Amino acid sequence: MPRPRDLLVQGLVLGLVAWGLFLLLAEARSRMAAQGIPFSFAFLSQEAGFSLSEGLTYAPGEGLRPFYPSDTYLQALLAGFLNTLKVALLGILLATVLGLLVAAGRLSANPLARGLAMGYVESIRNTPLLLQLFVWYFAVLLKLPPWEKALSWGGIILSQRGLVLPQVGLGGGALGLALGLLAWFPLRQRPRWAWGALALGLLMGWALFGPPLVLSAPEKGAFGTRGGLLLSPEFAALLLGLIVYTAAFIAEVFRGAILAVPKGQWEAAYALGLEGRDAFRLIVLPQAVRIAVPPLANQYLNLAKNTSLGVAVGYPDLFSVYSTVANQSGRSLEAILLVMAVYLTLSLGISAAVNTYNRRVALRWRL
Amino acid sequence: MNRKWLLGLILVLLGLPGALAQQSRLDVVKGRGRLVCGVNAVLPGFGFLDQKTGKYTGFDVEFCRAVAAALFGDPDKVDYVPLDARVRFQAVQNGEVDVAFRNTTVTANRDGALGVDFLPVTFYDGQGVMVKKGRANSLRELQDATFCTTQGTTNEKNITDYIRTQRWRGAKVLTFEDGAKVMNAFLQGRCDAFTADKSQLVGYRATAPRPEELIILKETISKEPLAGFVRENDSRWRDALSWIVYATIQAEEYGITQKNLDQFLKSEVPEIRRFLGLEGTLGQDLGLPRDFVVRVIRAVGNYGEIYDRFFGAKSPFYIPRTGTLNALQRYGGLMYSPPFR
Repeated sequence: MPRPRDLLVQGLVLGLVAWGLFLLLAEARSRMAAQGIPFSFAFLSQEAGFSLSEGLTYAPGEGLRPFYPSDTYLQALLAGFLNTLKVALLGILLATVLGLLVAAGRLSANPLARGLAMGYVESIRNTPLLLQLFVWYFAVLLKLPPWEKALSWGGIILSQRGLVLPQVGLGGGALGLALGLLAWFPLRQRPRWAWGALALGLLMGWALFGPPLVLSAPEKGAFGTRGGLLLSPEFAALLLGLIVYTAAFIAEVFRGAILAVPKGQWEAAYALGLEGRDAFRLIVLPQAVRIAVPPLANQYLNLAKNTSLGVAVGYPDLFSVYSTVANQSGRSLEAILLVMAVYLTLSLGISAAVNTYNRRVALRWRL
Repeated sequence: MNRKWLLGLILVLLGLPGALAQQSRLDVVKGRGRLVCGVNAVLPGFGFLDQKTGKYTGFDVEFCRAVAAALFGDPDKVDYVPLDARVRFQAVQNGEVDVAFRNTTVTANRDGALGVDFLPVTFYDGQGVMVKKGRANSLRELQDATFCTTQGTTNEKNITDYIRTQRWRGAKVLTFEDGAKVMNAFLQGRCDAFTADKSQLVGYRATAPRPEELIILKETISKEPLAGFVRENDSRWRDALSWIVYATIQAEEYGITQKNLDQFLKSEVPEIRRFLGLEGTLGQDLGLPRDFVVRVIRAVGNYGEIYDRFFGAKSPFYIPRTGTLNALQRYGGLMYSPPFR
C-alpha cells in the first residue's frame, strides 16, 4: 500500500501532464480556428478527387474493390492502410524465412557460406534503409527492360512496369477440394485413407465442375496489361527493401538465440544418442525460438513501421496517402492523429500476436 | 531541487498560451533581421539549389531576395527552407517559414481550407504533358498511359479530373514526393508521361541528358496562376509582401530598371517620386522602409528583368513572354499593378 503522500505526488504529476496536454490541444484548436481551419473530422467523408496507382478499398455494398477518385478521403486512407498491411505482413513472413537462412549460413561449417552471410549482414544493416530503397527502385527495378521489350515466359511478363502474373482464380473444382478438406481437417491422426479421400474429392470435383484453379493470362497492350495480377515496381521495391534490410537483423537475432542455448544441451542431446540434425531440431531449436521471440517482435514492429518509407519510391502506403489527404484537405492535425492511431493499432496487433506465440513457447515453471 | 523544477513546470504551463499570443509576422521578421523563405529546391528555373555554388537560384527565389532587400536593404539576408509540395502549406501554417514563394497555384480550396492567404500572382502557368518523342503527338493518344506527377499538387488532381472527364479506363497516375524523382522515373521509362505546369516541364527538360528527345504536348489542361503565400489572417504582413511584389511590376510599367534607377531618382514627376519614396509615406504606412521600392529594384530589378534572367531567350529554360498572360497588361498580358498612390 503506497503512502498517502506518494499518492498525492503521483496524482499531482498526472494532473499536471493532463493539464499540459489539454492546454496544448486547446491552444492548437483556438489557433487553428483563428486561421479559419476549425478542428473537425468531417472532411473524411468528402470526395478525395485524387487517384492512387494501386490499392483496394472498401465500399458499402461493393466489398473490396479498387480505389476510385470519386471515393472519400476515408476510403483513400483505408486503401493506404491495406497497402501498408499487405507489405507489412508479406514482409514479416519473407524476412523471417530469409533471416533464418542467413542465420544458418552464419553458423555453417562451410567458410564460403559463413563469409557470404556475414558480408550480407554487415553491409545491409550498416547502410540506411532509405538509401537501399532508392537502389532497389531506381537502380534495379527501373533498369528492367521497358514495356515494349518486356520479357515474357508462359503467362508471366516482366518489365520495368512491374511483374505481371497469370491470375489464379478458384474454379468449380475447388468445391470438391473444399469438401475433401472438410472431411480431412477434423481428423487428428490422419490415416492413409484420409489422403485418398482428399484426392477423390479433388478428382470428383474436377470431373464434375472443371479444374479447381483457373489461370487467366494477362494480355499485353500498347501501354499496359489487361487481366493478370500486377506487382508494381513500387510495391516490389518496398517489399524487397524491407525484407532484405530486416532479414539482416533477424538473422542476427536467430544466430544469437541459437548460440545462447547452453553447450550442455548439445552435449546432453549427444549423450542421449541423438545425431547432429536431430539434436538441433529436437533439443536446441525449441529453446532457441524461446529466446528469439521477444527480440523478433522488435524487428517485426520495425518492419511494419518502416513501410512508411513507401512514399520515397512512389508506393501509396498509409503515410503516403495521409500526406496527400492532409495536403489536399488542409486537415493535417486531424489526419495525423488518425494515422498515428492506426499505426499504433497495427503495432499493438503485431505485438499481441507475437506475445501470444511467446506464451505458447515460453517455459512454464511448475512449482 | 525537485520542488523548484515542479514549480517551473507549472509556471511554464500556465504561461504557455500567453507566450504564444499572435503578433504580426512583419514585426517578428524585422526583429529577427533575417527572412525565412520557403522555396523549391529541385525545380530548375523557379527554385533550385545549385550544386556548384551551394546557393538557391530561380524566379521564385528572386522574390525572397526582393523582400529581404525591402526590409533590410540586403537581398542576401534570407534563410531558405526547401519545401516539397506536400509540406509547404503546413510549413506556412506552423510559422516554420515566414512566406513561401514556391511555384504554388492559387485555388479556392487552398485559400479557404488550408489556412493560408495568397500574394499577387507572379507567374501565369498552365498544366501540360511531356512525353518521349515518338510516344504520342497529342494527349488523345495517352488513353492507356501511366502519368507521373508530384504528390500533393494541383497537377495530381487536374490529371485525375482530366482522366475522369475523358472516361479513360486504362490510364494511371503515379505520384512521387518531388519533381526530381518524377523526372527520374519518367526518364527511366516507368511512366509514359510527366505532367506538371508547363514552365516546370521546360525546366526539367532542360536538365535532361538529351532534351531534344522529349516533347511537351501542345494541349494545356488547366490554369495555374502561381503566387507566394503567407499564414492566414495576418494582413499587415500580407500587405507588405503584396506591395513588394506589385513594386516589381509597377517598376516595369514605369520602365524603371536596375540600370536607370539613379536617373529616375532625380525625376520631377510626382507619381514616380511617390513610388520611389521621395515623397509621401507609402512605405511607412505599409510598415516598410520609406525607400523600399528603391531597395527592391536595386537588388533584383523590375518584373521583366527578373523574368528575363530566368526565362529569357538566353536562359536554358526559355519561356517566351510576348503574347502570353505573363506580359504586361499594356501588351495584352495580365501583369498589372494597382497604383502606388
